[in-house]
Amino acid sequence: MTDFLLYALLAGLGVALVAGPLGCFVVWRRMAYFGDTLAHSALLGVSIGVLLNINLSITVAAVPLLMALGLVYLEQRGILSLDTLLGILSHSALATGLVLISLLSDVRVDLMSLLFGDLLSVTLNDLWVIYGVAAAVVALLVLLWKPLINITVHADLAAVEGINVSAVRTALMLITALVIAIAMKIVGVLLITALLIIPAATARRLSNTPEQMAITASAIAMLTVAMGLAMSWYVDTPAGPSIVVCAALLFILSLLFRQKG
Amino acid sequence: MNSPLITLDKVNKTFAKRPVLQNISLQLTQGEITTLIGPNGAGKSTLVKLILGLTSPDSGAITLEPQLNIGYMPQKISIDPSLPITTCRFLQLAHSREKACHEALDMVGISHLARSPIQALSGGELQRALLARAILRKPNFLVLDEPVQGVDITGQNALYKMIGDLRTSLNCGVLMVSHDLHLVMSATDKVICLNQHICCQGRPEQVTQDPAYIDIFGNTTAIYSHSHNHQHSIHGEILDDQGVHQHGEGCDHD
Repeated sequence: MTDFLLYALLAGLGVALVAGPLGCFVVWRRMAYFGDTLAHSALLGVSIGVLLNINLSITVAAVPLLMALGLVYLEQRGILSLDTLLGILSHSALATGLVLISLLSDVRVDLMSLLFGDLLSVTLNDLWVIYGVAAAVVALLVLLWKPLINITVHADLAAVEGINVSAVRTALMLITALVIAIAMKIVGVLLITALLIIPAATARRLSNTPEQMAITASAIAMLTVAMGLAMSWYVDTPAGPSIVVCAALLFILSLLFRQKG
Repeated sequence: MNSPLITLDKVNKTFAKRPVLQNISLQLTQGEITTLIGPNGAGKSTLVKLILGLTSPDSGAITLEPQLNIGYMPQKISIDPSLPITTCRFLQLAHSREKACHEALDMVGISHLARSPIQALSGGELQRALLARAILRKPNFLVLDEPVQGVDITGQNALYKMIGDLRTSLNCGVLMVSHDLHLVMSATDKVICLNQHICCQGRPEQVTQDPAYIDIFGNTTAIYSHSHNHQHSIHGEILDDQGVHQHGEGCDHD
């Protein structure tokens, strides 16, 4: 196996590992549109990083995080419904990112790879970043698992029982921003949400407990990455979209099973 | 008389420049069931949030007894069906021992539902599961936000009886929020009638005679009270604002 294919596989597996459990929270908390908005703002992160000559890994995580905190603030002000706010921010961020990139005439940025991922160009350096971030995300998820489940079930009830709801919620946003930053390389900003929610939705049909669902989603996401890469290799299709196609196929297959619990 | 577990002294709360609660002073004591009634927008939920510490007052003081341990039953709960969680696990979120969960479910009479997904419970069963979670940590004070909503009349009476029994077995204070006083009457020791300020408070039979109560809820003895946007004629026909009969089906006169 050639190096770049091995790197691609390892990178994809690292992202899939954390996309599974995070995707479960996105599904449980009905945050699909929220995830989409943060993913789109990652593109803005790229253009700002190039413009200001800052390390892209930092801006790609920082801009979605700032966007998430801004959303919380605007929602609490109660000016517009969350749905409308997300619609405004999601598309404004995507459009602003695209406009800024087009203005950077002296730098060549491959727009397609930003939008749909560029798994086959993963370097050893990328791998270190992906596994470092994935390890941090796994640690945070394990540490905060109980409070995360608790605020997902009922925030006020969790608060009365002594959980610092806003701290846990902020941590979940941080986790989301981190995962988006590493998933961007794999499937691109437009398909990140798919990598989060499709394996989780597939895992739902096979699981009785939240933990089972999170682990199953991880396994399914990893299987999906391997299948998508194989498809890309043998049929010569773009890697990111191929992964999402395989995820969708597995989801359709899962409909044959009876839903558990 | 027992010393108060929770004391509110001249508490005020404003949302978006609109006063929601004005000059609220009250005491909640151990072993006593207090029912909070009031129309929509009266500030019932805000008062509950203040007592639970989920929001803080603009002015005034809330004093909690140091030993206070609150069990809370929220008004409604909607758990996405994509979250696989059994009733027993739902209870364990508050308390990690499985034995305590089964005991609590037994106390509210739904131990047979421990392994059912929480989303599959009926309205009455879900209220009982929420009540079980509220009593799980052996609280000395229960805050129950509309504990009987979505439950039929027979079930409502059963739930009120259960709450009364729990008060005795746990020796706790209870604060209940309710829309409708009539079924609660026999199940409560004290009633606080709230409409942004405390209109009146006291024993239920006193409160129902209070002019401030009658002003809000009307002088009705029916089981169901509902707010009217119209009047009825002596025959029960609906009249418009001017008191003129409105023609409907079955009318063949001018």
